[in-house]
Amino acid sequence: MIVQPMTVSTITKKVVNKEPFFILDVRNEDAFADWKIEGENIQYLNIPYFDLLDGVEEILGRLPVDQDIVVVCAKEGSSIMVAEMIAEEGRAVHYLQGGMKAWSEHLEPVKIGDLRNGGELYQFVRIGKGCLSYMIISDGEAVILDATRMTDVFLDFADKLNVKITHSIDTHLHADHISGGRKIAEATGGTYWLPPKDAGEVTFAYEALEEGRDIRVGNTKIEIQPLYSPGHTIGSTSFIVDDTYLLSGDILFIESIGRPDLAGLAEDWVGDLRESLYKRYKELSEELIVLPAHFMIVDELNVDGSVSEKLGTLFAENRGLNIEDETEFREMVTGNLPPQPNAYQQIRETNMGKVTPDEESQREMEIGPNRCAVR
Amino acid sequence: MIKTDFILDAKGMACPMPIVKTRKIMKGLEPGNVLEVQATDRGSTADIKAWAESSGHYYLGTTEDAEVLTHYLRKSSEEERVEKKHPHVVSNEQLQAFLDGTPDALVLDVREFAEYAFGHIPGAKSMPLGELEEAFGDLDKETEMYIICRTGNRSDTASRKLTEAGFSKVKNVVPGMSEWNGPMEKVVQ
Repeated sequence: MIVQPMTVSTITKKVVNKEPFFILDVRNEDAFADWKIEGENIQYLNIPYFDLLDGVEEILGRLPVDQDIVVVCAKEGSSIMVAEMIAEEGRAVHYLQGGMKAWSEHLEPVKIGDLRNGGELYQFVRIGKGCLSYMIISDGEAVILDATRMTDVFLDFADKLNVKITHSIDTHLHADHISGGRKIAEATGGTYWLPPKDAGEVTFAYEALEEGRDIRVGNTKIEIQPLYSPGHTIGSTSFIVDDTYLLSGDILFIESIGRPDLAGLAEDWVGDLRESLYKRYKELSEELIVLPAHFMIVDELNVDGSVSEKLGTLFAENRGLNIEDETEFREMVTGNLPPQPNAYQQIRETNMGKVTPDEESQREMEIGPNRCAVR
Repeated sequence: MIKTDFILDAKGMACPMPIVKTRKIMKGLEPGNVLEVQATDRGSTADIKAWAESSGHYYLGTTEDAEVLTHYLRKSSEEERVEKKHPHVVSNEQLQAFLDGTPDALVLDVREFAEYAFGHIPGAKSMPLGELEEAFGDLDKETEMYIICRTGNRSDTASRKLTEAGFSKVKNVVPGMSEWNGPMEKVVQ
């Protein structure tokens, strides 16, 4: 049997289509428990590669014969070794090309919809880490929101559509992933926008993202209206796009809400979070389609692989929007905080421009899930 | 500089090679030997730790210098099964209580230096079992001394050697550093 690589793109499609398949994850048990490829119909076996060095005979009986088997490790080396051992026993097997590193970095563009006057809105789903970026295009120009550090994906996509990136925006100073926003602005000659209240310590020039300073894309009437919505960070800003979409940043997700503690001020910011969600958002049209900056679980993916929901539906169904009592809300948000994302302080400092780690270190810093929400 | 019995250069190697090589070298070492593994693969720290746990060896710690990670491991030994013979024994708690009142008491840590380097009782002197006899001349025979290792076995051997050599106030600390909850110091950062 020959070992076949399987790309992250193929796995993404399997996850979105809810196809059953089998993952033999050969990373160590802590790494597997912390973060793995998630999917509704995936079966798992986690045996560290170093426990298989003497052979795979003992686990052959635990591998299914009627499903694709994908061996997964951190960077692919160990998964190739284990997959080859399994293939030598006469079994068909794949390994994940590029490993969890590639899984963490893969972006899948999904078209959300057409805008008035011929514009388009795309969502970039970082399936392995749950980050969502956006590109709004109109009339030969593009605006990018919450870009990840894999900037080539956005630049290539803009090239392919033959549009020029004129603005790059971060809804807030991210703590879970390294922003590509500034790099994209530098590469394209565009403007980089950041909320000034999150930018107190940044080491670079930026345009202040403030309510009232609408941003236009192309010559058409597509408006990107900033809406100050603190709570996840003190500067957190949402956007209403084309009167149809609400880009909610890390304030509101599909099945959860933003956590207020990643910049260290949970107690102070929980009041802002409540105000943003229960007052500011409540005043908006329920018909707006919410497009968050993250998802936490694959259940939040729609059938086309996108992540979105009507604001009215979220007000009806998202538990974080349905806690009447303020004290209870406060307790739910601050008493229930999940572990912080890996290296979140270093990531914040990188996004402030205070440190510039090399690419390999940036990868290591981003390992793991995003953990930006409380449920 | 931490003295070890073998140095494995796994610099530049990608996973799984650092572990594959470590495992191979470990097979050829004597029980209780200390292995130093130099690696540049950032994932090697978690994997070495997990592998050691799964294979029964002891992961001592890792130091980091520029790009190079240096991992220290001690090969497992049969020491746990040995019967302790030295008659004068104190518990970890008794030693801790004694140190609270007498911080300059003499504590001899007879583990390998690499083990001592990653965590020892403040003020304890490192005196690996294999080098103990050379140090007899530097020690006073009437001084009260507490001998400690990981689980109480090497320290049992050391206590008996000291007693045979004429030291009169030797106490073996049981179980030892494997269950020490008191303050600790490191040689490495």
